[in-house]
Amino acid sequence: MGKPSDLVQGTLDLLILKTISLEPKHGWAIAKRIQQISNEVLQVQQGSLYPALHRLEQQGWIRAKWSETDTGRQAKFYGLTAAGRAQLEREKESWNRLSTAINLVVEAG
Amino acid sequence: MRWLEQFRMAVLMLFRRKSETARLNDELQFHLEQQIAENRSNGLGMDEARSAALRTFGNPTLLRDQARSTWSWNWLEICLRDIRYGARTLARSPGFAIIAILVMALGIGATTSLFTIARAVLLKPLPFREPNKLVMIYEHFRSATAGDGFNVVSPHDFRDWREQTHGFEDMAAWRNYGFNLTSEHDELPEVVRAAGGSWNLFSVLGVQPVLGRAFTPREDQPGANHVVLLSWSLFQRRFGGDASILGKPIRLDTNSYTVVGVLPRWFTYPEPRVQLWVPYAQTFTTDEYAAHDQHQSHVVARLRTGVSASIVTKEVSALQYQLYQANASKPVAEDAVFRPMIDDLVQDVKTPLIVLLCAVGCMLLIACLNVSNLLVARSAARRKEVAVRGALGGSRLTLIREQMTESMLICAVGGLLGLVISILATSWFANNWQGLPRAETIGVDGSVLVFSIGLVFLTALLAGLLPAISATGSSVLTALQESSRGIGGSASRAVLRKILLAVEVALTVTLLISAGLLFKSFLHLRTSDLGCVTDQVLTIKYGLPEKQYDTREKVAAFHESLLQQVRNLSGVRAAALVSTPPGGGYDGDDVFTIPERPSDKFNLQYDAIYRTADPEYFSALQIPLIRGRFFADQERLTRDHYVIISKQLASQFFSGENPLGKHLKVAWGSKPEDFEIIGVVGDTLYDVTQPSKAMMYFPILSGIPSQTSGATIVVRTSGDPLALSLPVQKQVAALDPALPVYEVFTMQQILGNSTASQSFSATLVLAFAGLSLLLAAIGLYGVLSYLVTQRMTEIGIRIALGAQKFEVLRLILLDGLRPVVIGSLIGLAGGAIAGAFMRSILYGTSPLDPLVFSTMIGGLLLTAVAACALPALRAVRIEPIQVLRTE
Repeated sequence: MGKPSDLVQGTLDLLILKTISLEPKHGWAIAKRIQQISNEVLQVQQGSLYPALHRLEQQGWIRAKWSETDTGRQAKFYGLTAAGRAQLEREKESWNRLSTAINLVVEAG
Repeated sequence: MRWLEQFRMAVLMLFRRKSETARLNDELQFHLEQQIAENRSNGLGMDEARSAALRTFGNPTLLRDQARSTWSWNWLEICLRDIRYGARTLARSPGFAIIAILVMALGIGATTSLFTIARAVLLKPLPFREPNKLVMIYEHFRSATAGDGFNVVSPHDFRDWREQTHGFEDMAAWRNYGFNLTSEHDELPEVVRAAGGSWNLFSVLGVQPVLGRAFTPREDQPGANHVVLLSWSLFQRRFGGDASILGKPIRLDTNSYTVVGVLPRWFTYPEPRVQLWVPYAQTFTTDEYAAHDQHQSHVVARLRTGVSASIVTKEVSALQYQLYQANASKPVAEDAVFRPMIDDLVQDVKTPLIVLLCAVGCMLLIACLNVSNLLVARSAARRKEVAVRGALGGSRLTLIREQMTESMLICAVGGLLGLVISILATSWFANNWQGLPRAETIGVDGSVLVFSIGLVFLTALLAGLLPAISATGSSVLTALQESSRGIGGSASRAVLRKILLAVEVALTVTLLISAGLLFKSFLHLRTSDLGCVTDQVLTIKYGLPEKQYDTREKVAAFHESLLQQVRNLSGVRAAALVSTPPGGGYDGDDVFTIPERPSDKFNLQYDAIYRTADPEYFSALQIPLIRGRFFADQERLTRDHYVIISKQLASQFFSGENPLGKHLKVAWGSKPEDFEIIGVVGDTLYDVTQPSKAMMYFPILSGIPSQTSGATIVVRTSGDPLALSLPVQKQVAALDPALPVYEVFTMQQILGNSTASQSFSATLVLAFAGLSLLLAAIGLYGVLSYLVTQRMTEIGIRIALGAQKFEVLRLILLDGLRPVVIGSLIGLAGGAIAGAFMRSILYGTSPLDPLVFSTMIGGLLLTAVAACALPALRAVRIEPIQVLRTE
């Protein structure tokens, strides 16, 4: 496992939105989930996670709710709003465009 | 609607900041616990797991700050923190804070208020359609004796201009007029100021009557059907705003006029006192309307789109020169000029307004420098703290921001107070500034708010930036060394303070000199000689309606019996009639030739103000007879063609000759008449702010056109002149109950009225200058006490080594007074420049008046010495032992 890659600017929002699109998760779980799914390549720094969460909340894309974790502790769970779902679609689309384009350039002769 | 949601969130966050911070801590804590748990499950011990978790997390405070920085109110919190910090610092020296805030409040308030007025009066567009295209046209004469001048226009010239020029869309004329307004229902008669306007005047201006219609071309003829337009205020006041007045008759000078329209409420052109309008041509007789000598009209023209001003100027000039040549025997000027309507309206107040605006600007700047100076002193005391904080990693920007917050706080609170002051001051100015044109447009609005907010930031910057930069600039080491030694080593800051002080002094001197010049010319005006007695004289005006008093005999009989009755009142020492008393205004002039010099032709060089008077007028007002004689009693009615001239006229047109027995040929109407000069009397001024002009007096009952029916009765009394005003008015009413009197004034009041505007601006500038002097004294005192404190040790050592008290005193005084002297020298130059700018509003005073200059410099130096003396004496009393012990 190499050094965790820096996230392409702006992709953290996409990752967070995607990660909580199935069910609400707390911040810790979001970071863990991204790490696991990406085979430990993507490590979300705490220093960027909280500002990103707050930013998304301010944009109205995610909504925070306090509820109990499996261990019975109160934690802040983040879930997608309707606007967040639309935003996720938009970001996915533009990510696809971008990555396809980068691929084309990289693979070209 | 997303922004709405975002805004809702932002506002929510604003109110939930505390609880949100707590929740954020909670969240972080939870995540920390999770990390610890994970570390433990990887086999680490409790302590190890905790410290590893903390390492992964990094600095929790920083994390928190980073997270919070996404909240949109972060800057607000920083601001609030800065403000709290600034307020705490200020609260530690409340005296300084209160003075600084008051000074700023006064400065910002006065500046805002004058800006409001200047903007309304000088800059706001006129309320007419495309006001930039409106110009006023005047006849322009060049005279070897009287200098160049503008002249109002005769109806004949106006018609020629209108018909024969092409550069104007249209051209209209108006003239001042007056009526006795009586009513059908025995209401009190009143004298109303009116204007005669040509039928197209309202369309040239772009104004529609709100009720009814404007005049038609057919009504704008001499002798046409009488019609009248009412101003909104007369319509409301006299006719209760009842629209049924349209088509009904009202009585003006006993003639019946049909009301055809009402003008809009905002229409106050050419001034608010004009209450009604009649057609222009109807204010003339047929003869007058056809004449070139009735210079009474103001001409308003609208430039055609795309026509340049220079072309139109040439066109009008050329036409006027033709008229001049074609009418050589008539008083026609050889040239014509125009100027923009707005300049024409405000020309008299432009300079005073700019002077006042500069004066308050100066005062505000002085206030800023003062606060700045005090802040420099304050920052010196806090240098150690600032330097240490700087060394511990406080960024310089943060430190500067903190320092700035203090001046920002002072200026913001001052600005808030200042806004209140300016609202009060603006309405006070608008009501008390006599003769201020367009006063009705003055008001505090959004742009004024923006101006004062801008002013707050500007002053905060001015006052705060220098001290802040200088306070944060030095290295820790020097700061600590200096403050531990307690010696005035911060030479750069002392120099900075001296420069600030010199600038402050320079501004103050400039302001003081300007104020002195204005005040001296005001004193000159107040004490200036109108050329007659002004104590114990009452003047009352009345006008006899021509329809009722249609023969000279009837007019004479009225005047005669009124004078008789008034002379019989107790307390009356003399009573006489004149068309317009000294100081009562220009009221018309005319051109003449001297038949004894056959080559003369009518030319505006031969021009004098005319008055009509009865025989006793000169003795009643104690106007001296220089040669010849006054009118005789029997010459009052017979129109014997006698004239009395003023000394000025004699010296101007008969220098080295005896004028008695010679003649003036005056162009009354279309046919000139000869008048024999029988006397020369002393000069009187028509306006105390104007130089004396040549004057000619005709007998009041001789039937000189338009000068017979209106008269002013002047009454010299043995007691309080105003006590006689009611008895005299009763006599008028006894003779003719329908006859209103107006303008009841004492001569002293006339004098006061004509200097009101000058005295107003002089008093204001004087007040600003006094305040500035006070500010400069405070600044001076502050700087010097600081310098003395800094040099305590040095002075103590000097005294210990045997320096004489006198030497120490001299040292301190010289040190303090050097910037004052430098500043004064700069201020002298500033005063000279200001004087040159104000030349047009100075009377009886040279712009370089040595008395004013020396008094003001002297006053400032005295103040400076006084401000220096206190700290200097403190320095002298230093006990060397004590100083060295505290070391």
